[in-house]
Amino acid sequence: MSETGSSEFMTRDRVAHLASLARIDLEPDEIDRFAGELSSILDCADTLQTLADREAPPMSHPVAVKNVMRDDEVHSSLSPDEVLAMAPATENQQFNVPNIMGDE
Amino acid sequence: MSMRNVTGLSAMELSDALAQAEVTAIEVTRAHLEHIEQTEGSIRAFLHVSADSALETARQVDARRAAGEPVHDLAGVPVTVTDVVTTTGMPTTCGSQILDGWESPYDATVIERLKARGMPVIGKTNLDEFAMGSTCERSAFGPTRNPWDTSRVPGGSGGGSAAAVAGNQTPLALSTDTGGSIRQSSALTGTVGVKPSYGALPNHGVVSTATSLTQAGPLARSVTDAAALHDAIGGYPARDSTSQTGPSSGVLAAAQRADVSGMTIGVVSELGECAPQVRARFTEAIELLASAGAEITHVSCPGFARATSAYYVIMASEASSNMARFDAMRYGTRIPASSAERVMSASRGAGFGDEVKRRILLGTHALSSGYYDMYYRPAQQLRTRVAEDCAAAFERADVLMSPTIANTAFKLGEAPHDPVQMYNQDTTTVPANLAGIPALSIPSGLAENQLPAGVQFLAPLMADERLYNTGAALERLLTQQWNGPLLARAPKLEAAP
Repeated sequence: MSETGSSEFMTRDRVAHLASLARIDLEPDEIDRFAGELSSILDCADTLQTLADREAPPMSHPVAVKNVMRDDEVHSSLSPDEVLAMAPATENQQFNVPNIMGDE
Repeated sequence: MSMRNVTGLSAMELSDALAQAEVTAIEVTRAHLEHIEQTEGSIRAFLHVSADSALETARQVDARRAAGEPVHDLAGVPVTVTDVVTTTGMPTTCGSQILDGWESPYDATVIERLKARGMPVIGKTNLDEFAMGSTCERSAFGPTRNPWDTSRVPGGSGGGSAAAVAGNQTPLALSTDTGGSIRQSSALTGTVGVKPSYGALPNHGVVSTATSLTQAGPLARSVTDAAALHDAIGGYPARDSTSQTGPSSGVLAAAQRADVSGMTIGVVSELGECAPQVRARFTEAIELLASAGAEITHVSCPGFARATSAYYVIMASEASSNMARFDAMRYGTRIPASSAERVMSASRGAGFGDEVKRRILLGTHALSSGYYDMYYRPAQQLRTRVAEDCAAAFERADVLMSPTIANTAFKLGEAPHDPVQMYNQDTTTVPANLAGIPALSIPSGLAENQLPAGVQFLAPLMADERLYNTGAALERLLTQQWNGPLLARAPKLEAAP
């Protein structure tokens, strides 16, 4: 898409949509600013497509990562009080959260 | 030994003085705490000073020494930790409002190790919010200042670490490097900073932003000191699938060897663009290494020239995913609202700063349907090219070399406001993070504006010892030329009123 530049995709609506996907409330002036800034960032990133070696395998990690299993040993873990100590709200040794369903 | 002198000493000198009972760990810690109190008003390197727990660690070290028990060489030597590393008993804010006042229920593995070695952790240092930034001005708790000129930035993201070391507030600092944070801030403050091989030091407990790029590493006033800290916390840990089992200790011996004769050093053509003053110091460094018996060659890594775009797409993509954990449900600042979804959006909107939001939005875009093949995948392919370029270059050279950063420290508020220009500041440092290879920055001298410039060395994965050897060799030659360490030329800090 480097012929057209993807900045034209980064409209206010697109920024608002991304912010909603990412669960971030933005003020109207933030949406304006990010639309402009993300456009110029994406214009640079547009060159990625033309520069990338399409034969090259994509690299997600600098070293081979394998699953590591710990020895199956009994040991102490955090107490409920320690786990809940920084919670915004708790009830009966559980995290207290607002309604998950029913608001929208 | 007077308390006044203690804060100028290197970690190795402190280690000797402690072993010889010329000074106690309590005295060393107290002297650094007093120096912090005197200088913090002008530097503002700390988000939290942990005087009580540091003095308690020091007291225990003194008791063990008095009882004739063996202690680690660095026992009683103070250290600071960047505030993106989890610590019990003191806050971990990541420089963000969303974690203001948060205390971790567990210590990062590196913290466990510092404590086990008897090293007093004297505080948590400032950084750009969630380590996203290059100046330390994007901390939610205000900027840190460069001890060389307090109207200037110390670099970043972890500028607090570099400023604390440069300002003699601590001999050693532990920081993190996602796209150059440790090296860039050390270059701008005249200190030594190392991004070890990916996985060479434990990353468990480093708050995740860009998981495949970030590596914890040491900052110090000399290569030997950085090596001593690296050795003290290195080694294969449990609880960390990214850890490497290769040789991760023994870098101190390499730093003490400091011999480049017979080595081939490759100057990277693509990373040479820099300010004339930085260029002059870089050229002198090359000449010094040649005079010490290194063979200098020029290598081309074409992928490096394009690495920054790939880096920002990958960094933002990983960050957008990792930052999803800050949902205000289990921890962090919660803004009340009618539903969980609304709480999340309101809390993240209020809790995250501009740069964090920008990167989350960019990452969300790059990973979203239809755009993955346009941004994320080609970025990963370019990453492969960068790694291949490194491998090819190391066929021809033992270590690679470039200026650490193209310029000296900006004045506060004068760094480019345009994100693209700002991101391009990282051109020299991001290739090491993309490839996972180790990199080290040491001061190359003062530019004409009397501010420090840095030179960077790169080595193959898990060959960190080559960096310490080469860095120490150049450091010795430069220190002879300067008749003492570069930091001795830094202006005296004025005590805060």
